[in-house]
Amino acid sequence: MSAVVEEKKLIVGGSFLIEERRPEEVFTPEDFTEEQRMIAETARQFVDNEVQPRVPELENHDWELSRELLRKAGELGLIGAKISEEYGGLGLDQVSNALIGENISRSASFAVTYGAQVSIGSLPIVYFGTEEAKRKYLPRIASGELVTAYALTEAGSGSDALAAKATARLSEDGTHYILNGEKMWISNAGFADMFVVFAKVDGDKFSGFIVENGPGVSTGQEEHKMGIKGSSTRALILTDVRTPVENLLGEVGKGAKIAFNILNMGRLGLGTSCLGGMKLMLHHAVRYANERHQFGKPISSFGAIKKKLAEMAIRTWVGETMIYRTVGMVETATSDVENSDAKLQAIEEYAAECSLIKVALSEDCDYVADEMVQIYGGYGYSADYPAERAYRDSRINRIFEGTNEINRMLIPGTLMKRAMKGKLALLPAAQALMDEVMSPQLGGFDEEDEILAAEQKLAQNAKKIALMTLGTAAQKYMMNLAEQQEILLNVADTIIDAYAMESAILRTRKIAQAQGEDAAARYTDMTRVFCNDAIQRIEAHAKDALAAMVEGDELRTLLAALRRFTKHTPMNTVVARGRIADVLINANRYAY
Amino acid sequence: MKTVVLMKQVGNKDAVLRINKEGTWIEEGDLSYEVNESDGYALEEALRLKEKHGGEVVVCSMGPQRVKSVIKDALARGADRAIHVVGDDLARLSPFAAAKVLSEAIRSEQFDLVLTGLQSDDNGYAQTGVILAELLGLPHATIVIEVDASGEGLRVKRELENGWYQWYTMPRPCLLTIQSGISQIRYATLKGIMAAKKKEIREVAPAEAATASTSHQRITKIYFPQKSKQTQYLGDGNARAGAAELAERLRTEARII
Ligand SMILES: Cc1cc2nc3c(=O)[nH]c(=O)nc-3n(C[C@H](O)[C@H](O)[C@H](O)COP(=O)(O)OP(=O)(O)OC[C@H]3O[C@@H](n4cnc5c(N)ncnc54)[C@H](O)[C@@H]3O)c2cc1C
Repeated sequence: MSAVVEEKKLIVGGSFLIEERRPEEVFTPEDFTEEQRMIAETARQFVDNEVQPRVPELENHDWELSRELLRKAGELGLIGAKISEEYGGLGLDQVSNALIGENISRSASFAVTYGAQVSIGSLPIVYFGTEEAKRKYLPRIASGELVTAYALTEAGSGSDALAAKATARLSEDGTHYILNGEKMWISNAGFADMFVVFAKVDGDKFSGFIVENGPGVSTGQEEHKMGIKGSSTRALILTDVRTPVENLLGEVGKGAKIAFNILNMGRLGLGTSCLGGMKLMLHHAVRYANERHQFGKPISSFGAIKKKLAEMAIRTWVGETMIYRTVGMVETATSDVENSDAKLQAIEEYAAECSLIKVALSEDCDYVADEMVQIYGGYGYSADYPAERAYRDSRINRIFEGTNEINRMLIPGTLMKRAMKGKLALLPAAQALMDEVMSPQLGGFDEEDEILAAEQKLAQNAKKIALMTLGTAAQKYMMNLAEQQEILLNVADTIIDAYAMESAILRTRKIAQAQGEDAAARYTDMTRVFCNDAIQRIEAHAKDALAAMVEGDELRTLLAALRRFTKHTPMNTVVARGRIADVLINANRYAY
Repeated sequence: MKTVVLMKQVGNKDAVLRINKEGTWIEEGDLSYEVNESDGYALEEALRLKEKHGGEVVVCSMGPQRVKSVIKDALARGADRAIHVVGDDLARLSPFAAAKVLSEAIRSEQFDLVLTGLQSDDNGYAQTGVILAELLGLPHATIVIEVDASGEGLRVKRELENGWYQWYTMPRPCLLTIQSGISQIRYATLKGIMAAKKKEIREVAPAEAATASTSHQRITKIYFPQKSKQTQYLGDGNARAGAAELAERLRTEARII
């Protein structure tokens, strides 16, 4: 496989905040192997040829068609890629899987159907199923013959998933669990053959089960949704449903571990799925802007439209960069781990990165969708053009797989937890930084002639700002930190931008090393514009947070440090964005 | 049946084309590439024949290292092995020179069936296959849309003009040039992609004698079609005559009805 794997250097989750990376340490899309590119191409062709033309039928709730498409995807190997060969899958690497997910997401509705099947609906069995359950279900899930779904949420418990009311009790002869309860918002419920269900044994031990569609299982009406109308979403009603004890997932009372780990993986997958949507939207937007003439010129020749196209491309490219950097880390950590417990631990390692990707990409996806509508003008508001559906479809991503509020809390939350457990040296780093802030040392500004030297400095400072605000908050609120949501939102946004800045710089440098600085010029433009804007966002977030936490001399000292950290000469973003837009306009597609 | 399919890599249909500095070809630097459309159908036909009658499917492509992606894609779809004639400027060869290079590359293998696409999407000569047949001493049929190999010879259906078809019986070995759009091309499955890694790709250099004979045809200039507007009045003020003439022109000149 890839060079990253051969190097085999495990990166500590969250360490990006306190350590520096070299370009050769990060995985980038330029590292895709020929096979990975071909796999992506098969997924793309499948969606463009088989799914896209039939989305109207899916939106009319033709669930037989959904099943047929899953079977076809199964035949091509697109479903079993995450399942090991032993259980009828292909056991492919994380990068291939991410590329499949990205391309399947060219159809948002089908991507949700597909995601429920290959991710949340089957990974609990892959990682926690008994041997019998794996043999029984996985091969037929991989072939698309069995359709599966994931039932965690209830009407009364969404974000607070552990407050579920559904119950399970062991039958008197000890051979079955008997489940009762009502689940809400279950993707694929309208045609699923089986469900991964979470319920409390004896009313208090939260646990996971596999439940087949059969006696006692029923579903509600299709929900009338804003978007992804071509995916089935219903309530699931369980009335004295018997499921054999072999269908228990993991151990009784250990359901939270399943639910959260699966969501974790789901978040990275969701980011990847947003990326696929963004590339397609941008593709449409560029073509439309080139075709549509007003005032005797294509609208793509107007600065206002160029600025939009460029910014859409920047966010797409930076998002892609963050995703594959993270996928690369997960791949390195999991590639030769056989045992599924160790695999899970490896994935859990990057929980903070998965959450930040979920937030960043889902919001960038909405941004791109919104600007796509705007570029289409009135035609963006018409259901006869692709922008209208894309705009509605995009919105769900900020809600499911953990709302963006929950995920924003999780970013600093997870990092602090890891710090407390001694897994991440966050506290010494924060301490060292505070010392620096209190007794600022001038000088030490080593002029580097590597490209993006100024941006690298900004990215380093962005991390310092994150540490400074998080450190100040930890000191002030101690054990009550988790309740300071407004502050944590600011910290989360700073961390997201810091990761994004650094990822973009590393990728661009890696491209420059391999292909020369000329070839990297178009990426340098994007990275510089992104960093220029990100540091201004970060400054605003930090000011907000600091002013809310401290006052007087302390505030003045911290703000002085903030000024130092954010000091930069603004670049000419107008010219750079113009060049970025021209790349798109000349190629008539997303050409990055 | 031992079949070889000749496949060419051409610039992507969607590509925004720019003419190179010399004005002799398109700027290749910013191109992305794909397989020539009718060659894809030729491969599909070969794979179907193999499924029905057994044998082996070999793909042969010539060009720089980038054509490996066409070869690997064919292997992933089910071809058994490949021959890659490696050379940087083979795309510029005239149909005769190209056929000459290809004939030297495949001659010794004694294929029962040679398939090519009808024509390439870039140059559109539609000659390479036919000349190749001559050079290999094989009979050929062009614009083939159906192949039936169940009998002694090969029954092939050819597309003629105006919705006419022709059934023909070809002896074996022979060469057929295949029309686009005649079947549903299979996908490269993920299993196929993984399996392709282990399949043989034999690299060969173009025979010197063949490349030496390149110069009897060369492109001196290419340019975009020049747009010009002309207005013609039909029917001389008589609507009926105008309509009739319009219909006639749409049929014979624009060929859209
Ligand atoms: C189309 C669709 C498909 C879905 N598919 C599935 C599926 O297949 N399986 C499944 O199990 N679930 C599924 N869901 C459910 C989804 O995961 C939940 O809707 C989501 O977790 C949010 O829960 P909720 O709707 O109850 O909102 P709530 O939890 O009530 O949240 C409402 C608002 O309050 C905020 N909030 C809540 N708690 C906090 C907190 N502690 N701090 C700060 N803010 C907070 C939220 O961020 C949100 O803004 C799906 C939902 C939809 C709409």
